[in-house]
Amino acid sequence: MTTTTASAGPAPTAAPPREPTATPRRHPTVPPLPAPVVPQYERIRAGREFGANVRSTVDVLWVLYDRVLRIAPETVDDPGRDRFLLSKGHAVAGYYAVLAAKGFVPADWLDDQGGPDSRLGDHPDRTLVPGVEIGSGSLGHGLGLGVGTALGLRAQGLLTPRVHVLLGDAELDEGSNHEAIAYAGATGLGSLTAIVVDNGSATHGWTGGAAARFTVNGWTATTVDGYDHDALHTALTGHDNHRPHVVVAVVDQGE
Amino acid sequence: MRNRFVETTTALLAEDPRTALVLADISADAFDPAAYRHPDRVLNVGIREQLMVGVAGGLALTGLRPIVHSYAPFLVERAYEQLKLDLDHQGASAVLVSIGASYDRAESGRTHLSPADVSLIDTLHGWTVHVPGHPDEVPALLRDAVAADSSAYLRLSTLHNARAYGGDGALRMVRDAGPGAPLLVAVGPVLDAALAAVADLGVSVAYTHRPRPWDTAGLRALAGEAVILVEPYLAGTSARVVSAALADRPHRLLALGVGRGDLRRYGSAEDHTRWHGLDAGGLRRSVTGFLDHTAAGFLAPAPVPAGR
Repeated sequence: MTTTTASAGPAPTAAPPREPTATPRRHPTVPPLPAPVVPQYERIRAGREFGANVRSTVDVLWVLYDRVLRIAPETVDDPGRDRFLLSKGHAVAGYYAVLAAKGFVPADWLDDQGGPDSRLGDHPDRTLVPGVEIGSGSLGHGLGLGVGTALGLRAQGLLTPRVHVLLGDAELDEGSNHEAIAYAGATGLGSLTAIVVDNGSATHGWTGGAAARFTVNGWTATTVDGYDHDALHTALTGHDNHRPHVVVAVVDQGE
Repeated sequence: MRNRFVETTTALLAEDPRTALVLADISADAFDPAAYRHPDRVLNVGIREQLMVGVAGGLALTGLRPIVHSYAPFLVERAYEQLKLDLDHQGASAVLVSIGASYDRAESGRTHLSPADVSLIDTLHGWTVHVPGHPDEVPALLRDAVAADSSAYLRLSTLHNARAYGGDGALRMVRDAGPGAPLLVAVGPVLDAALAAVADLGVSVAYTHRPRPWDTAGLRALAGEAVILVEPYLAGTSARVVSAALADRPHRLLALGVGRGDLRRYGSAEDHTRWHGLDAGGLRRSVTGFLDHTAAGFLAPAPVPAGR
């Protein structure tokens, strides 16, 4: 099921704090991982228990890299590539697994993540990992960098590439995001897509829904089931190129 | 200095399509003509300093050379983590140009004072810091900074010396009191007051408008045993680099500059210069006190025991 919020429409009905507010579907049990990612995910997991936030980001990452982003291991330095910026840098194991599944990094890099000789830290470093566009970890930096990246591409006449920035609903607490949301909306930065993985973890919630923070500033928004690959694909390609676009991917709270 | 910055940046935007300018409302009117000609490369994000620096980082990641400009406290202090992460940690670089300095707008009070900016930039790695002492020094310094690949901070001020000094920032002897004389090093706009302070003392005076990277070789060539550092920002900011440059020599260092306290006084920039002891009279008192101690034998060689 897909819920679409028009940018000029009224804010969604207020919902209790700590709940994703436009919940398309609840998953009593989290669905299985995308099959092509399973070997890499299990290899980097190495028997560890991951938090639900790691698992809940894998589906949207897989849909992005498998069906949306125009980027491949041989084009990581191509100025005309699409950009993907992982702003919530702590949900990183699934990111590394997807990058390995798509051939950006060798599978044996997945061993000993965070170790003294590993290139794959618990937060990613763009200078150490091919295909990683930004180093992140401190929340609230990716969207500003994404706005600058979109502006830089436009200034150089590169009008095809799209800039995608993945955030979490709790990350939206950081005020820096709201500087970027307001500016991108006011200036109609149509090559920018934000993806908010909403697992209801923001301490004070987002009454009216995460998407409303964007639509009130002139973004288009789509809220979808974060495990539904077809719905994610439709939402991630649903931008109009005149305004920035946000996809809110609602996932299990992991409780 | 701000006018020279606006002129030079406007010219650079026309000359080099890699150049971009990011603003947060401050000085936006002065850049209206440039914004009209280069709407995709003159970007005013509104009163959003975190975004200003984040945008600069993103621009740099696509291959542009961003110039970022605001009042010093808003550019350096408010957005410090963006400097650390959105530029340095990304391996991206930019040219930061501030106005306001330590107390140019003293009548505005503490919120518009930024004596700590150079210290904060100094926590980052590989930055060049320019502190011009005259408006005519600004164009060449800005052009060199933009032409380079690394990050740079230009600290502009309404305070300045009577004449400009060119050069690349290597220490320049302005007044030579002879071999072994105490050496006073003045950074940027404090030079004239320093020269007046020691006019009748046997003190050599050297000048630089580039405190980072510090001219270590130049200091070693010019310094005797007593070194006096006069900086227009927090006192002691460059003490660590001077100490490192002279680590293998007996030496004494007096580091003068702006104090750390919030004076909670308005007034003019000249008032604050006096209150921080950076006018000619204040500097003279500090220097003579320091040299009296030196003369009293602090640096006298230890007596050599008989029989050695």
